[in-house]
Amino acid sequence: MSTEVAYDAATEFMNRDSFSTKVQNTLHRYPWLSSAIVLAIALVVFGRFNENFLTPNNFSLILQQVAIVGAVAAGQTIIILTAGIDLSCGAMTVFVAMVMATLTFKNGVPPVLSFIIGLLLGVASGAFNGFLVTKVKLPPFIVTLGTLNIFVALTLIYSKGRTVRNTEVDPFFVLLGKYIDIGEFRITTGVVAVIFLYLILAFSLRFTGWGRHVYAVGDDIEAARLAGISVNRVLMSVYSLAGLVFAFTAWVQIGRVTAASPNVGGDLNLDSITAVVIGGTSLFGGRGAIFGSFLGAILVGVFRNGLTLAGVDLYYQILAVGVLILFAVSVDQWIRKARS
Amino acid sequence: MSKKPVLEAKNILKTYGRVVALDDASLQLFPGVVLAVVGDNGAGKSTLIKCLTGAEVPDAGSIEIDGQEVHFRRPQDGRHAGIETVYQTLAVSPALDIASNLFLGREIRKKGPLGSIFRMLDQAGMKKAAKEEIMALGIGTIQNISQAVETLSGGQRQAVAVARAATFGQKLIILDEPTAALGVRESAQVLKLIQTLRDRGIPVILISHNMPQVFEVADRIHVQRLGRRAAVVTPKTHTMNDVVGIMTGALKVEEKDQTLQPIR
Repeated sequence: MSTEVAYDAATEFMNRDSFSTKVQNTLHRYPWLSSAIVLAIALVVFGRFNENFLTPNNFSLILQQVAIVGAVAAGQTIIILTAGIDLSCGAMTVFVAMVMATLTFKNGVPPVLSFIIGLLLGVASGAFNGFLVTKVKLPPFIVTLGTLNIFVALTLIYSKGRTVRNTEVDPFFVLLGKYIDIGEFRITTGVVAVIFLYLILAFSLRFTGWGRHVYAVGDDIEAARLAGISVNRVLMSVYSLAGLVFAFTAWVQIGRVTAASPNVGGDLNLDSITAVVIGGTSLFGGRGAIFGSFLGAILVGVFRNGLTLAGVDLYYQILAVGVLILFAVSVDQWIRKARS
Repeated sequence: MSKKPVLEAKNILKTYGRVVALDDASLQLFPGVVLAVVGDNGAGKSTLIKCLTGAEVPDAGSIEIDGQEVHFRRPQDGRHAGIETVYQTLAVSPALDIASNLFLGREIRKKGPLGSIFRMLDQAGMKKAAKEEIMALGIGTIQNISQAVETLSGGQRQAVAVARAATFGQKLIILDEPTAALGVRESAQVLKLIQTLRDRGIPVILISHNMPQVFEVADRIHVQRLGRRAAVVTPKTHTMNDVVGIMTGALKVEEKDQTLQPIR
């Protein structure tokens, strides 16, 4: 072959990987790795500050605390993988939770039926976002900024601002608040449900054609279109599925707080984005693993919990999360630079 | 070789508002031929090709594949008919690996319930097929089929795109300025691939601005001018200057001096 270059000393020098390139390449392949390392360090450090930190009891508490953010982050991840973003996810979760609980409490709808109506409402809300993104061709940020306000308003209008209290919630809705104790470790059905949610999504992203297409659309939308992928259909499926995930999260949330309040969950949108970004998924789309988002949620939970146990003021905890986000995004940028 | 054209476009008309992009344009492609389509900017090269692949729908005229008239409405239609296109923009997904890119949009599922119910992909099978295709095309510089495409050079990326076209292009492969984004050495790689495709008997349409490259690989040169076919010549009968002359209208070629018949 005339086009091939002789393998001389120069090319060997070019191909020799320095240590930092090796690190870059590994992180490139496993983007969640950096958060896993930070998590490991955090566990050791916080363990030294407080003996109550590294206990099964404390860990089960952290898991319960991050389950809801983790669940929303799962839906957020598939949207971010397509280079989109969803600011309305928290509002959607609260909206669905209020509708589910109120339908049964006020209108006497059988709880399972209210649950199904809630899931369908989630899919419809997600599909509405998807419609605005694909057909009206608005940027996802603006679309979901608009629908965020719409869902908040709908929640308040529908519930008239009234909480469905724990004495009023149907027992069906608190099923995911049940728990079993394994020694000191308390595992709730809500946490198990969220882990299952992650397993199903991870499987779909990793092993199905749909998953490939999600990555391809986020990676280079024009290349995906030229390769014959129905880009709009993929985006619609992603936003609708995310809506379903947020609706499911509503169930987990009612189970955790044993009430449905229109005034909680306002931070879920930014918290979920935080988890996704810290988990190594790129905001530019096409890169990342959904598993990393769960890790990201846990990492934030570990920081908050560990700093609290170490007696650090709440204000500094917020500061720490801010630093974590910037660290994660910088690492992502560094990895991308390695390859272009 | 059969004397029938694989693809024949007759009297295609395409307008965009008042702009007439194609005015009674025709094109014939015979089996086993690399047909270069050249022309100045605005001569209607891209529009003609888009009509052939289904990316645009002509206002009038007919397109026949193997003598059967076809009506493409979407790019997918052309694809189903066995027409594959390689674009100059390196239309591959950087973060996906080579095998995934080769089968992007046409993934193969596992056999049995794993594929039909759980919709699992046959990743091993696709990797194997991708490897065979890459080897068959002689793209030896690609070592690892699970490599992300962004780790490849521009020429190798375009080779992946060509390999994708070669895997699925049953009837015809169209290359739209495949070397425009590439360096000299990388262009040579792609030109070699075009020759490999011809040796397999798949007809190729090559759109290019690069005259030396056209003269290197093309069997026929279709010169497009002002929305119609100005002439069809061969690198043997005409020089580069002649072709540029035809493109600009400085040179007129009589029908008897053109090469409109099938080879031999």
